[in-house]
Amino acid sequence: MSDVLEVDVAVVGGGIVGCAVARELAGRDVSVALVEARGDVGDATSKANTAILHTGFDAVPGSLESRLVARGYALLSAYAEQAGIPVERTGALLVAWDDEQLDALPGLRAKAEKNGYTRTRLVGADEVYARVPALGPGALGGLEVPDESIVCSWTAALAYATEAVHRGAHLLLRHRVSAIEVGLARTLLTTDRGAVSARWVVNAAGMGADVLDRMLGFDRFTVVPRRGELIVFDKLARPLAPTIVLPVPSSLGKGVLVSPTVYGNVMLGPTAEDLDDRSDTSTSEQGLSSLLEKGRRIMPSLLDEEVTTTYAGLRASTEHSDYVVDVDAGMRYVLLGGIRSTGLTASMALAEHVVGLMESAGEPLAERPGLPPVPRMPMIGEAFPRPYADAARIAADPEYGRVVCFCERATAGEIRDALYSTIPPTDLDGLRRRTRALMGRCQGFFCGAEVARLLEDGGR
Amino acid sequence: MTADVRADVVVVGGGPAGLTAAADLARTCRVVVLDREQQAGGIPRHSDHPGYGLRDLRRVLSGPEYARRLVAAAQDAGADVRTGWTVTGWAGERTLEVTSPAGRLTATGGAVVLATGARERARPARLVAGDRPAGVLTTGQLQQLVHLQHRSPGTRAVVVGSELVSWSAVLTLREAGCRTVLMTTDRPYGEAYAGLRMPASAGLRVPLLTRARVARVVGREQVEAVELEEVGTGRRRTVECDVVVFTGGWIPDHELVRLGGLDLDPATLGPRVDPALRTSSDGVFAAGNLVHPVDTADVCALDGRHVAAAVRRWLEAPRQPGAGVELAAEPPLRWVAPSVWRPGEPGPARGRLLLWPEERVLAPVLVAVQGGRQVGRVRLPWPAVPGRVLRVPSSLVSGVRADAGPVRIALG
Repeated sequence: MSDVLEVDVAVVGGGIVGCAVARELAGRDVSVALVEARGDVGDATSKANTAILHTGFDAVPGSLESRLVARGYALLSAYAEQAGIPVERTGALLVAWDDEQLDALPGLRAKAEKNGYTRTRLVGADEVYARVPALGPGALGGLEVPDESIVCSWTAALAYATEAVHRGAHLLLRHRVSAIEVGLARTLLTTDRGAVSARWVVNAAGMGADVLDRMLGFDRFTVVPRRGELIVFDKLARPLAPTIVLPVPSSLGKGVLVSPTVYGNVMLGPTAEDLDDRSDTSTSEQGLSSLLEKGRRIMPSLLDEEVTTTYAGLRASTEHSDYVVDVDAGMRYVLLGGIRSTGLTASMALAEHVVGLMESAGEPLAERPGLPPVPRMPMIGEAFPRPYADAARIAADPEYGRVVCFCERATAGEIRDALYSTIPPTDLDGLRRRTRALMGRCQGFFCGAEVARLLEDGGR
Repeated sequence: MTADVRADVVVVGGGPAGLTAAADLARTCRVVVLDREQQAGGIPRHSDHPGYGLRDLRRVLSGPEYARRLVAAAQDAGADVRTGWTVTGWAGERTLEVTSPAGRLTATGGAVVLATGARERARPARLVAGDRPAGVLTTGQLQQLVHLQHRSPGTRAVVVGSELVSWSAVLTLREAGCRTVLMTTDRPYGEAYAGLRMPASAGLRVPLLTRARVARVVGREQVEAVELEEVGTGRRRTVECDVVVFTGGWIPDHELVRLGGLDLDPATLGPRVDPALRTSSDGVFAAGNLVHPVDTADVCALDGRHVAAAVRRWLEAPRQPGAGVELAAEPPLRWVAPSVWRPGEPGPARGRLLLWPEERVLAPVLVAVQGGRQVGRVRLPWPAVPGRVLRVPSSLVSGVRADAGPVRIALG
């Protein structure tokens, strides 16, 4: 426990943002430690969001968030293709259900243009129903956003972290930072599993970013956990939702959306409720029933389909309308605070931004030559070829023909691969995020016991 | 590469219905059974308690023993039972897409029998709020954990439901050294208990809480408790436990039915079938709990025997009859199977219509009404009990006419 790991940069927080930053910095001329309190990367806010790759059409024009979301959209789109992160360009349709909402559409279109996004299109009710025939009655018109996409947030976080490790970053899981001490040349981070000494600290601690920031003597924002509950419907419902159906933000708030997922399901949510407890990801009776009530209006036939799962995620909302991003050159400290659900889209742009901030503070961050290739992640997107359907792959290795999770068609080969990957899962939930095993309609009725055994026996 | 499979009959699902159909058909034709599990036998494989085989094999066996006999019977008759073969969709008419360790291939039959069974609705499908800890199971998951993996589920269990399958869960828990501290049901009485000798003879004493629903699951890592709400009063209480078993709440595994565009029965959520167990698709049949979620294993097996005869007739003369007469159940009956009737044709398996009652009635009278006219009436000497299939002589609908519109089946 007396060991001190010495690095140039300690990135605190292994969520989507911290992983992206670690990956970016590890490709430059500095040594990096990614310090994460939980047992896996992408295991908190990042794993339970709506997983939309945003164009940023509805951001606050001129904000840092607007700029980074637009930039991040391009970066992550390109990276996803290289790394095999599932992305589907389903487009989105904002649907107006009353006159107030209908009147708001041209303003949203103008706002999109201020955000640099020019491809929105106003559509009439006929076209709305032509596009999404399963919508409930009463839609008056819509705004089409053809480039909104859905993405796998699990694979994205894992790809960043995997590449960071391949580039030489130290991944310190189950290292919860309990104290932090800024010295003249180095900062000492005390964790429950040994200390890390770093010249620079990047705070990407998500729900805990304000706490870490206060440990460093600041008092500039407070994270309020905003719970979002979601209901995921069976894959057989997927034809009902060919595109993301968004609510029109109005005086009544943001409302819930109906979205396809990259795993082939349909998602209804999220609710928005501010909590006190930063770790409470339970679902609530009121939350679920309010979703059903809203879903019944948006898409009545969706409610006839089976529910595959429900979950809740916490977004790091703050009193500020924009991300809270800052650099302190003297303390060699970068804060990435208040990164809400758009952080998935903005992640790579945030990483790029961190490099700019550190360089502006006098830290040279030259790109290193001879970096390893971008890792190719196991494909878990429904719209892409997966091992169970790949004849050549099964012929080469019959384990890809041994379906273990029947609902999701996750094979023994994929489970084995996950267990021997750069960042192996440590529990069933981690295995699920890497292979889709257990996330299907039977929720383990058929395969739960066998998957648990494979996890324990190393995939054999 | 393994070659694509061709057979006279392809059976999807190696449980009691599929294996019994295969055993019968294999006497006269080439039959392939595709089962995605590593071992065929279906649900009885992991229901390690007696009560199997009564109606089909005329003896009382444990689930695993019953499963072994069904597999042996099918194989002895010449059926080719392939395990670890997962059907993932359709590649054409009576042609299925299959993933197996032997390759990605297709299986084509002169006839296809779907016998994919049913599963219990898991906790998320019941929209129970709360945390998502370990220790929340269905009966199927529990029994695989205990009987196939020999693991311990925990020490204090709450069993949600009081159907036949719920008692099966209690037996499994007891065998695993886990005490069932409470059974709950939202109904005013324990359903299957009254009609079931097994719990009493097994010496099971389990407190039963009626008129209660699970409002919330508590516990971040492992289940710590469940919060129960009394139906009507809204009064709540918390029961400490480390295991919650959600039992019953059956839904047919109907993915192939829907992917193939077969007519779906909106009440059973299984394929719509006629008394010969034909689906709406030529040469595609369905049997077992896919069609009636759920009846006992032996009834499913007898379905298998029944469908074999119809499959044989199809193979000899592949003709699909026209539209039949639609049967529909009226509340408090939730569904009827089969839900297509064909006047003049042979009746259903065992001469019985299967119905799912949602209320308890001691000596029920059933009526069949067609075009506003009562065309049949049957008084049963046995009760209708929620959570168990009500088996009704098909003479109830023998007066149905081919040209007089749909038939409603109701309690009289």
